[in-house]
Amino acid sequence: MLNLVALILLFPLIGTVINGLAGKRLKKETVGYIACGAIGLSFLVSILVFCGLLLLPPQERLFEKELFSWIESGSFKAAAGLQVDPLSGIMILIVTGVGLLIHIYSTGYMHEDKGYHRYFCYLNLFTFSMLLLVLGNNFLLMFIGWEAVGLCSYLLIGFWYNKKSASNAAKKAFIVNRVGDFGFILGIMLIFLSFRSIDFTEVFHAASQGTFAVGSFALTLITLLLFMGATGKSAQIPLYTWLPDAMEGPTPVSALIHAATMVTAGVYMIARCNILYMLSPFTMTIVASIGAVTALFAASIGLVQNDIKRVLAYSTISQLGYMFLACGVGAFTAGIFHLMTHAFFKALLFLGSGSVIHAMSGEQDMRKMGGLRRHIPITYKTFLIGTIAIAGIPPFAGFFSKDEIVLESLARGNFFYWSIAIVTSLFTAFYMFRLLFITFHGKSRADHHVMEHLHESPKSMTFPLMVLAGLSSLGGFLGIPGANIMSHFLAPVFGEQGHHTEISGREAGVHHSEGHPYLMMIISTAIAILGIFIAYHLYVKKPELPKILAERFRFIYKLLLNKYYVDEMYDILFVKSLKKISVMLWKHVDTQIIDGSVNGVARLIGRFGDILRFLQTGYVRNYAFYIVLGCIFVIVLTALGK
Amino acid sequence: MANVSIMTFNILSILPILTLAGFGMIVLLVDILSSRKLGEKNLLAYLSLMGIIVAAILARNSTGTTLFSFNESFAIDNYSLFFNFIFLLSTGLVILISHSYIKREEINHGEYYALILFSTIGMMLMASGADLLNIYIGLEVMSISIYILTGFKRSKLISNEASLKYFLLGAFATGFLLYGISLVYGSTGAINLKQIAGFIADKGSISNPLLLMGMALIIIGLGFKVASVPFHAWVPDVYEGAPTTITAFMSVGPKAAAFAAFLRILMTAFGATHYEWQKIIYILALLTMTVGNVVAIAQTNVKRMLAYSSIAHAGYLLIALVAANDMGMSSVLFYILAYTFMNIGALAIVIIVSQKGDEFIQIHDFAGLGFKHPGLAVAMSLFMLSMAGIPPTAGFVGKFYIFSAAIKSGYIGLAVIGVINSVISVFYYLRIMVIMYMKEPTRDFNPLTLSPLIVVAIVLSVIGTLHLGIFPSKIMEIAQQSILILK
Amino acid sequence: MVEYLPILILFIIALGFAVTNVILSAIFGTQKPTAEKLTPYECGIDPVGSAHERFSVKFYLIAMIFVIFDIEVVFLYPWAVAFQSLKLFGFIEMVIFIGILFICYLYIWKRGGLEWE
Repeated sequence: MLNLVALILLFPLIGTVINGLAGKRLKKETVGYIACGAIGLSFLVSILVFCGLLLLPPQERLFEKELFSWIESGSFKAAAGLQVDPLSGIMILIVTGVGLLIHIYSTGYMHEDKGYHRYFCYLNLFTFSMLLLVLGNNFLLMFIGWEAVGLCSYLLIGFWYNKKSASNAAKKAFIVNRVGDFGFILGIMLIFLSFRSIDFTEVFHAASQGTFAVGSFALTLITLLLFMGATGKSAQIPLYTWLPDAMEGPTPVSALIHAATMVTAGVYMIARCNILYMLSPFTMTIVASIGAVTALFAASIGLVQNDIKRVLAYSTISQLGYMFLACGVGAFTAGIFHLMTHAFFKALLFLGSGSVIHAMSGEQDMRKMGGLRRHIPITYKTFLIGTIAIAGIPPFAGFFSKDEIVLESLARGNFFYWSIAIVTSLFTAFYMFRLLFITFHGKSRADHHVMEHLHESPKSMTFPLMVLAGLSSLGGFLGIPGANIMSHFLAPVFGEQGHHTEISGREAGVHHSEGHPYLMMIISTAIAILGIFIAYHLYVKKPELPKILAERFRFIYKLLLNKYYVDEMYDILFVKSLKKISVMLWKHVDTQIIDGSVNGVARLIGRFGDILRFLQTGYVRNYAFYIVLGCIFVIVLTALGK
Repeated sequence: MANVSIMTFNILSILPILTLAGFGMIVLLVDILSSRKLGEKNLLAYLSLMGIIVAAILARNSTGTTLFSFNESFAIDNYSLFFNFIFLLSTGLVILISHSYIKREEINHGEYYALILFSTIGMMLMASGADLLNIYIGLEVMSISIYILTGFKRSKLISNEASLKYFLLGAFATGFLLYGISLVYGSTGAINLKQIAGFIADKGSISNPLLLMGMALIIIGLGFKVASVPFHAWVPDVYEGAPTTITAFMSVGPKAAAFAAFLRILMTAFGATHYEWQKIIYILALLTMTVGNVVAIAQTNVKRMLAYSSIAHAGYLLIALVAANDMGMSSVLFYILAYTFMNIGALAIVIIVSQKGDEFIQIHDFAGLGFKHPGLAVAMSLFMLSMAGIPPTAGFVGKFYIFSAAIKSGYIGLAVIGVINSVISVFYYLRIMVIMYMKEPTRDFNPLTLSPLIVVAIVLSVIGTLHLGIFPSKIMEIAQQSILILK
Repeated sequence: MVEYLPILILFIIALGFAVTNVILSAIFGTQKPTAEKLTPYECGIDPVGSAHERFSVKFYLIAMIFVIFDIEVVFLYPWAVAFQSLKLFGFIEMVIFIGILFICYLYIWKRGGLEWE
């Protein structure tokens, strides 16, 4: 069954090609069927492959399939091979499963759009690229997937390219990602230089054999550069600014790319390279710190945002911060577990918000909503489940995964990480329920023109919501403390390090949390309930209170509302000054020095060409003369050789 | 080399060649015996294609055998087989693109197809020739047919001129080749390549200036056929004057055949004297690619530009000859296959764009093609990118192999010059793309006539170019097995 | 190379003899040209038209066809001499050869290569 793995990639590619070439001429239904069918088939094959993986004994769950070798030269070998192990097994299920639901949802959501076929062509291409990213068995292939998802993200953010803000957001996403990718590719080059290979198996084998000492400079540099790539793709400080703007894209895209799959690529990459990261404690500290700070930072911005999608965007950044925190303290299993549950509930929340926006005729500002719970009951119920899940109320999915991270941040990290995690958890519960209350409860603040058109979304949109709601409710049971299926399943990938009972490097903090995981659970549940309560108090009980608070803490409110002015800061620091420098470079260095020399060389060569062209007289006698000259030359050369 | 069987007479070994000859004659007979109306010659094209397919199937049957027949003058081995497939492929593609072209240009005579088939016979003889005379006969059969084909547009002065020039200079160069062969025969007493090698191994070559002179003259004769500088002067005029389909034909087939003979002669017969010929070919390679690329920049006519580009590509191939290691030899085979696809594909598009009478053949005539006919423009861009050597196309992989072969043999300087040359070449290849996509059209493209056969040829070329660029290892493996016989 | 020296000497003497004679006759010979003396010799008959006459390309065509077929037919002689030893195989080969020649002939005929007008 594992041999089928190439098919997982093939189906979305076929879908892309058909919809890309012939989509214009096909009926909308056909385009939808092709796109969903491609992902559906891919999902079925993924299940088969996953089952094939389960049938193997745990320690042998690594399957590699070399498709073809592209170029071999000396020690450099660029092969295209696929790799299935528990980690990529989970990832392909998430990508194809959630992807399928979002494809189905899109057939409803995008139904009125002119670029219907273009949309599905990109979406299939994205799925293909994401699968390539997680299935590749070497860094080069991963990088190709990495770049390709970036491209698709760019195309889909700017899907409504007539809108200035959308095309700007697309550009921003692309450019910010480029900064990270620069680090990523440098990291890959450095890996090749250090290990003479870019193959996962070989690199990790060499690393685990102790080729480099723990904390060696080369490894630290490699892991830092790779992490730089991850901060770009997974929207961490300092490269997070593109993600909120990326909400300009269609909402299902936000759900699939900017919540469930692509942005988690950074987490996947670090989990994949866990052996390298475990060997460089310094980088681990950086990863954990950046993750923790991002989690808190983004959550605090989320507290006051008014755009429904922006709240979710900052929430995504914050949750990604959690995942990096988990990876940074060495709890890769917890990171991947949270990645999975997050994919469920965040996709649910985004799709739910899409349903709300759909019902409100395109309105995204929460201040103009309210009281929607009666009008769109299915959306409300599923959204509620998603909100509870992300807030961390047991037994919903988010509780278990987040709780594990909170637990690990104390067990392997320190009190600082733990306290940030707890505060973030409080913020999360607050802003999510704030969103829920403003949108669905209270009185409607929409004008009646919108109210007249208020309607529940079609089946194609509500069905994925219900499936995702189910997954968000039950998905957490895969990782109950004590009977942690996830952790056992992923153990071969993360070795012994991934299991929180046996830790190599950080014994100090381990046992002190061993005794009271239940105490911790109670604490985090209590925190979540506290957050919900505050939100309830402020937005349902006394709706006038937030305004008063905002007035009183005017400075903080402004700061948060304007996202700490980071965008403005970047604009002044990098964009404006870079623009100035680049204008200078363009006007002086480029046009005069570089263009001058390049054009000069080109002109020189052209001049030579002109001269040589005169030799082409068109007379046979001259041509014959050249031959004779050449002949004399060759003979002299031969004679000299004696 | 283990299962070499020596038979003096084996009809089966030349069956593909006989098949082509038979089909050539059938084409002639059908043509003269049927009614003489223009436009009813589809049958001839199909017959020729059938002949090629039958020949290819017959050739395939001898995969893996190594056989010398006709008194060891004719070799059937993986090497000749690889080249035979290249010849049959290029001839097939040329017939596909010719079908509509010769109707359009009103040169729809049955001899056209027959001559192409006969020329292919000559090429196959050259690739299979295990002695110098057989190679010579193959070269003549191939060349004479092409001389006629070059002048096939009888009413056009430029075509006549090209034909005459090609014929005169070709005869001149053949004289050198023949003189070289006789010198080698005079000094070794053999025309068989293996016997020559045996003689050199026994007696050594240093004491024998006549032998070395003979070798030098053979290099000159073949250097003319592969269009290496300074024996290249005929190329631009002939390529420009010939019917465009024939330009496509002679930029691939004869060049491949000449390289096939070149490699076999140099490796099998003169392997021991490689020091002597490497320096000659080193300088020829250097001159060839530099002159080809530099002059190509100054061209405004697409056919002339492609002529110079073809000279430059011969230069790259000569680098591989200089390298003379396993990788170099196999990369020659690979590169020629890649070149077959990209060059015939590019000329097919030139045919479509140039319209009746080859009216629009200047580079600026391509302006705006990207908007009016995006499919054609994309295909053309792909071929141009491949010729410039940009991944993931066949040209990139081919150049990659050639330059790595040169580096492996220690010719780092030559490899660097090769890379610089490919950078120069990017200029004029990309210029076509720039003009296609960034210039407003200066004329009305509609209606371009797209016959189904030419579309098939372009699609095949696109697939070939991409396939060799993305999955090169399989073909490279076959090429590596094919050159084993030469050592 | 020394053994070839006499040949070189002979070559120079022969060349010198011819050149010397031509030069001597040009110097010492009496030259009284008349119109009759300067006309090209055409078997004693008065010349008809210019000697630089263009004639039809058909001549060349016929000449070439003749040469080709003539040479091909020459192959029949060695075959006939060795016929006894070549046996049936030689016979079949020659039939094929003549067959190909016949196709050529047919081609030339049908193409009008043998028609004068």
